[in-house]
Order: sequence, then C-alpha cells, then structure tokens
Amino acid sequence: MIKVSNLQKSYKSNQVLKGISFHVDEGEVVAIIGPSGSGKSTLLRCLNFLEKPNEGHIEIGGIFVDTAKATKKEIHQLRLQTSMVFQHYNLFKNITALKNVAHPLRVTKKLDKKKAEEIGRHLLEQVGLSNKADHYPISLSGGQQQRVGIARALAVNPNAILFDEPTSSLDPEWVGEVLRVISRIADKEKTMIIVTHEMNFAREVADRVIFMDDGFIVEQGTPEEVFDYPANDRTKKFLRDYQRQITGKTDNKMEKFAIV
Amino acid sequence: MNFDFKYMFEIIPELLTYVPVTLYIAIASMIIAVIIAIFLSLILVNRTPVLHQLALIYISFFRGTPPLVQLLMIYFGLPQLLPSFNSITAMTAAILAFSLNVSAYLAEIFRAGLESVDKGQAEAALTTGMTYPQALKSIILPQAARNAIPATGNTFLGLLKNTSLAFTVGVTELLAQGKLLATATLHFFEAYMAVALIYWGLTALYSWLQSWYEKKISKAYVREV
Ligand SMILES: Nc1ncnc2c1ncn2[C@@H]1O[C@H](COP(=O)(O)OP(=O)(O)OP(=O)(O)O)[C@@H](O)[C@H]1O
Ligand SMILES: [Mg+2]
Repeated sequence: MIKVSNLQKSYKSNQVLKGISFHVDEGEVVAIIGPSGSGKSTLLRCLNFLEKPNEGHIEIGGIFVDTAKATKKEIHQLRLQTSMVFQHYNLFKNITALKNVAHPLRVTKKLDKKKAEEIGRHLLEQVGLSNKADHYPISLSGGQQQRVGIARALAVNPNAILFDEPTSSLDPEWVGEVLRVISRIADKEKTMIIVTHEMNFAREVADRVIFMDDGFIVEQGTPEEVFDYPANDRTKKFLRDYQRQITGKTDNKMEKFAIV
Repeated sequence: MNFDFKYMFEIIPELLTYVPVTLYIAIASMIIAVIIAIFLSLILVNRTPVLHQLALIYISFFRGTPPLVQLLMIYFGLPQLLPSFNSITAMTAAILAFSLNVSAYLAEIFRAGLESVDKGQAEAALTTGMTYPQALKSIILPQAARNAIPATGNTFLGLLKNTSLAFTVGVTELLAQGKLLATATLHFFEAYMAVALIYWGLTALYSWLQSWYEKKISKAYVREV
C-alpha cells in the first residue's frame, strides 16, 4: 500500500530526514513516535508533498513517484492517494462543518451538491456531529473541530489517512472523544499512519510502532516489541523520559498510561 | 454672533446637486484603484522578481507624497512630458490621480488580507485533492476579501473626502460650488459649513452601510452565544 525508500529532506543545511525507508500494508495502522524535532511531521508532510523531499521514492496506492524529479501531475496524483488530519485542525473557516466535508467532494470528485452533502452528513454522523452540521468552525470546540477534520479526511475516501498529532492541541477533556473516533476508523481496516505523543493510544490502536530519532527510523515492531522490549538505547531513553514526564503529572491518567 | 442658519439650509439643496459629481469621482477612482491593487498585491505576495521591487517603489511614492501634489503633477505636468495628454480634462486627471494614490494603499491592504488566511487551510485543501487555484477561489480569496473589507472601507472614506482636492484643478464638484457661493455672498462660514455637513452626511451614510454589510457577512466568524 505505502512504500517509501531512502527519503531525504533538508532545510538549507539542516538535514531533517536522513534516508527513511518503510512500508505500510493495506489496512495496517502504523504509529510513529519519537522526540520533538526528530522529523515525524516532516516525514508525513513529504508523503503528500506539503514539503518537497530532496530524494527518495514514494509509492502509495499504485502511484510511484521519484521525489527528486516529480512532475506537477505526479504530485497531484500522489496527493489523491492520501488525506490528512492536522494538529491544528485546519478547517475551512468560511464554510460550515457540513461544507467542510462536502465541498472537497464537489470540487475534486465533481459530485453534485445533494450527493456530496449526503456523504457529508453520513460522515458527520459517524464522528458524532450530526447536530453540528450547520455550525461554522469557530463555534465548535477543539474536539468537535478535530472530528470534523477527521470526517473531511474520510470523505475523499483515500487509500490512507495521515494523522499528525491529532490530539496535541486539544484540551485534555476533548482528547478521549477524538481518540475513540480514530480507534473506530482503525477498526474498519483503514490504512493509517499516526504521529502521536499518546503512547497508550499508540499501543492500543497500532499494528506496528515506528520510533524515529534525529531523522532516522531507529526501531520498529509491534507495540509489545517497541514498548515492552525496546532493543535500542535511544528508544529506551525516550520511553523512560516519557514515563517520568507522565508520572510527574498528578492526574489520574497516570496508572492507565504506565508503559514500562 | 453673525451666523445665518437660514442661508446655510437654503443652499444645501443646490449643493446636493453636486453630490453626484463627487460620488462619480470617488467611485470611478475606487474601481480603478481596486483593479490596480489586486495586481499589485499578487505581485507582493508572490514576490515576483523585478516587478516586486517596482511595486514597492510605486507604493512608497504614492503613499509618501501628498495627493494634491500628485494631482497637480498629473494635470499640469503630464501634458508637458507627453503631448498626447494635452487634452486631458481636469476630471480625468483627478480620477487618474486618485486611482493611483488609492491603489498604493489598497495594495498593502489586499496583501495583508491574503496573508491573514492561515497557510494551514490551503494545505488542508491540497490534502483533500484540491488544486491551489481551487483552494484560492473557494477558501482563501473569500476570507482574504472579508479581512480586507474594513480597511478598504476606511480607504474609501478617505478618498470620498479627498475628492474635494479636485476643485484645485477646476473640477466643479461639491467644494468648488460651495466656494463659489461663499465668495458670491460673503457667507463664508455658512457655505463651507453646508459643504462640511454634506460630506459628513455622505461619510456617515457610507459607514452605516459598511457596518451593516460587515455584520451580514461575519456570520461565519462570530461565536453565537
Ligand atoms: N519549514 C521548516 N523550515 C526549516 N526547518 C524546519 C521546517 N520544518 C521543520 N523544520 C526542522 O526540521 C526538524 C524536524 O521537524 P519536525 O516538525 O518534522 O519534527 P517533529 O518530529 O514533528 O517534532 P514535534 O514532535 O515537535 O512535532 C526540526 O529541527 C525543525 O526545526
Ligand atoms: Mg510534529
């Protein structure tokens, strides 16, 4: 389904991705974890060319692109294979929740208004927001906005959905509802790549976990392998630091999130 | 105190017949200025080489010099440089001068409007499979235009008042007519006060229209309580 080989990306002299190779099978859910600045977002954003990679090959859903010499048309074809859920939701602020989901369908799939909105309503229902269809983004809570973002990403029915820290800017009270929606999609055999700082969620939802550090994939495996029996010292240190940070917090999520 | 209210109110109907001239100058100049400013702002946002520098100089000049000087340059100076402008009428010169002047202000306003729409929305549009022009049309431009409306409206208010400068090159508009009456009857204060009241009425009416319109289109951006 997704195959990436030797992906490299630099900003000026700062090399952020140093030759990334991995693959994701159809229906597989892959979680990417790693310290801040390790290149997780950059990796996701290279997959849909929001950032242009310097080198490497990307194949998604049968579209193969040599990133160094990708044409406009290839980039567009590649983008059609995925959709994305953003940390800051990035909803279209000038249109309602329903139109956020339906409008891209009308534009990209040339569906008529009725058909597009029918799909839109169905998806809003799936994320539990039927009653918010006619609300503009500003009048929705963070959790509601993110669920609209997820419905929008589902609407174009892509081969895979990319999530970049979908809960990181949410108030704690809204995190649960968004994670539940994502889990439910994962159960439906959607191919997904999720960058997340929620380790407990990663363990629960992912078939495979990739640990990135300093522009490399350091370690990958099943959640049990990576979280319970990490092989690499950097992975161990990252999980230890994470553990310390979590236990440092005095909330009751503590025990639930215990990992090592 | 020697102030003839009756006279002031008597001349208002006569002065009002010159309001269309004032509005004509203001609206024609505004339309031309908007068109020029759209091009300028796209050049600014995209940082088109060479054109970008030229646009910056153009904007700096027309914002940094008095509109009256610009008007005099165009009406009296242009025919001297380019003989084909010999037959330029005072009205045309005024509209041309105000268009150029206002376009410089609008260019910056439009640029800010375009840049005020966060990049994330354009990115989101791309990830749903929309092309950049499609995102521009349905997502970015509507928000940019909306963000630019208040400042654009203020610029129009300034223009409406500045049209009075046209009387210096001999256009018979509102102020010119007021001056005529003032010198003919020696009721200076009354005549100019009447002129001022009419400008005030026009700007108040316009402000009211604009705030009504802003409320109407801001539905998407205000939380309902
Ligand atoms: N547009 C950019 N221009 C220059 N440098 C950038 C840009 N985007 C990211 N970087 C740099 O690339 C590196 C990786 O950033 P990236 O956002 O991919 O990290 P991340 O793993 O997603 O971190 P976080 O967990 O904080 O989101 C960082 O050092 C960052 O400063
Ligand atoms: Mg990131």
